[in-house]
Amino acid sequence: MASTLFAKIWQRHLVSQRSGQCLLYVDRHYVHDGSIHAFEDLAARGLKVRRPALTFGTPDHYVPTTSRSAADAPTAEIRFMVENFDRNVRRHGIPAVHLDDARQGIVHVVGPEQGLTQPGLLIVCGDSHTSTHGALGALAFGIGQSENEHVLATQALWQRPQKTMRIRVEGRRPAGISAKDVILAIIGRIGVGGAVQHVIEYAGSAIRGMTIEERLTVCNMSIEAGARAGMVAPDETAFSYLAGKPHAPKGRLWDEALKYWKTLPSDPGATFDSEVSLDAATLEPMVTWGTNPGHVLPVSGSVPAGETRALEYMGLQPGTRLEGLKVDRVFIGSCTNSRIEDLRAAAAIARGRKARVPALVVPGSGLVKRQAEAEGLDKVFLEAGFEWRHAGCSMCVGMNGDLGKPQERIASTSNRNFEGRQGRGARTHLMSPAMAAAAAVNGAIADVRKMS
Amino acid sequence: MNEKFTRLTAVAAPYEPVNVDTDQIIPARFLKVPRKDGYGKFLFHDLREAPGFVLDRAPYDRAKILVANANFGSGSSREGAAYAFRDAGFRALIAPSFGDIFFNNCLKNGIVPARLPDEICSSLRKELSEKPGSEITVDLEAQLVDGKHAFVVDPFFRELLLNGVDEIGMTLSMLPDIENFERAYASSARWTSAL
Repeated sequence: MASTLFAKIWQRHLVSQRSGQCLLYVDRHYVHDGSIHAFEDLAARGLKVRRPALTFGTPDHYVPTTSRSAADAPTAEIRFMVENFDRNVRRHGIPAVHLDDARQGIVHVVGPEQGLTQPGLLIVCGDSHTSTHGALGALAFGIGQSENEHVLATQALWQRPQKTMRIRVEGRRPAGISAKDVILAIIGRIGVGGAVQHVIEYAGSAIRGMTIEERLTVCNMSIEAGARAGMVAPDETAFSYLAGKPHAPKGRLWDEALKYWKTLPSDPGATFDSEVSLDAATLEPMVTWGTNPGHVLPVSGSVPAGETRALEYMGLQPGTRLEGLKVDRVFIGSCTNSRIEDLRAAAAIARGRKARVPALVVPGSGLVKRQAEAEGLDKVFLEAGFEWRHAGCSMCVGMNGDLGKPQERIASTSNRNFEGRQGRGARTHLMSPAMAAAAAVNGAIADVRKMS
Repeated sequence: MNEKFTRLTAVAAPYEPVNVDTDQIIPARFLKVPRKDGYGKFLFHDLREAPGFVLDRAPYDRAKILVANANFGSGSSREGAAYAFRDAGFRALIAPSFGDIFFNNCLKNGIVPARLPDEICSSLRKELSEKPGSEITVDLEAQLVDGKHAFVVDPFFRELLLNGVDEIGMTLSMLPDIENFERAYASSARWTSAL
C-alpha cells in the first residue's frame, strides 16, 4: 500500500499500541535551558535519564547574547536557568554543548548543523519549533515538559496518530522572495489553526528547489499553522547537506543510511487527509500586521478592518499601507532565520547603508557566527550600525532579557507576533531577513524588491 | 502522578477570543518560577492588568471550567500554560479546537480538554454570559458535557485520568517491550547510534 513519509517513520518507531495511542521510540531528544521542570520532576521521582547518549543539550532560551558567560545574564533568575542547565546535563551524563563552546546555539540550528538531525529519525524537544528538523526528512515535533520527563525516563512517548496534509508549492519564486515569504503566505492562506491535528508534508517544485536552510525556515513555522510537525522528503539536497557533518554517519554506515533514506519519500499514490497548493510565482514579500502569524499580507497591502483588538494592540488604523510604516527597532535572528544564508541576505541589503533605528543581529549558533565573520558579514553589519551579538534565542521570546519596549514597533525575522512576545506592549511585524534589513536602513517597512 | 477525574460540576466562565496563544495564557517571563510556588497567579497575567477581565469578576472568579473558542492554546509548547490553569483551580476546558501541544499538556496535568462543535461552544458561552454563575457538568466517564453534548478524549488518556494512573510508571512497566524494540532497531538502523 502506498505510504506517506510521515507514516513510514511513524511505523518504524512503533514500540507498542494501547487504546488508540502509539508508544513511539525516540531517536533524538533535544533539551535546552528551559527544560527545568522536566529535570525537577525526574529528580523528585528519583529516576535517571534512561538513554543519556540519545539526548543532546544546548542552552539557548535564557543565554545572554552580549557575552558567553551566564554571569552576564541581566538577573539572578535568568543566570540560574543557564547554570541549572549545565548542572542537569552533567549530572545525567547528557552530551551537550555549553555556552563557552563554539558549537552552542539555538537547538533548532545546532541539530541540523551538527548532523544530529537526519532523515527518518524521530526527534522531540520541549519547544514547539522542533518542527524545524522535518526539513531533513525527520519526524520532529515539540512536546511539553511532562512529555520531556517521560522521554527522559523511558526514551519513548505516547502519541495519537496524526492526520496528514500535503502542501504543494509549485513554480519559481520571483527575485526577492524568500522561504520566509513562502511559509508566511501558506499561513496566511490556511490560517493559524489550519493544520491543527495534522502533520504537513511540503512538496512541489518550489520546495524541491530550496536549499536545506530554506526548508528549515519553512518547516520551522509549521506550528504557526497549527501543525505539530512539518516535513520535506529527503533528497540529494538533504544528503549532500548532511555528508561530512560531525554526527552524520560515515563510511559503510553512511551507505546503509543512504539506502534507507532513499526509501522514505511518500510513495506515488499515497493519500493525504487534505491537500493545499500554492503558486510560488505569484508571491510577494510578506509582512504581518496583527497579533498572530495568520495576520499577514504582501508588503504592497494595507491594514484590513475587522480585527479591532489586534489593531488596537498594534496601534494601527485600517487602510494604513504596510510599506512606509515606521519601525523603532529591528531584530534579525531566531530559529526561523538566523542561519548563514539568512545573514547573507540581510547583509546584502545592509551593505553600504546605515541603520536608522536600533538593529540587532543574533546568529543562530557560534558556528554560524564564525562563518559570518569569516565572510566579513559582521563588518558589514557593524559598519551599517547594526549590533552583532552572540548566539541565542534572544529577542524572539525575550527570556534572556533582550526585549522591546512598550509600543515599540519591531521588524523581526522571528516566528511569532503574539501580544507581548517581544516585550510587554511591543508590536512585532514578522518578515524575511532581507526585508528586516531593509526596514532597518529605511527606518520603515520597505519593499526589498525596490532596493538593489 | 495524575489526580483522578471522573465528573465535575462547577461554575464556568466564557472566553470569547479565537486563536488564544499560550503566550497570552502565561507570559514567558514566568516560566522560570519553580512549580511549587504555584502558577495560578500567572494565568492570563498581562491581560488581567486591564480591569474587568472575566476571571476577576464575580461569579466567574469561582470558575473551574472555561468555555473558550477555536484553536485555544496555540503556539508555544510551554507547559506553564497548563500549570497556570491547574493551579488556578481549572479541571476542564471546552473549545471547538485546541493547540495540539497544549491539548496534551492539559491531559498530563489532570485537565480535561473537551472539544465540542463550534455552535455548541458559542451557545454555551452565550448562556454563561447571560446567566453568570451557571454551572456546567463535564463527565469524563460518559464523555458528555451537561449530559447531552458528546466529546471524545483519547481512550488511553481517559483511562489514565479516570483511574488516576501515573503514565510514566505505566510505561516503565513496559520496559521489556522497549528493550526488545531497541535490540531489533539497533541492528536494522545501525547509523542511528548513540552520541
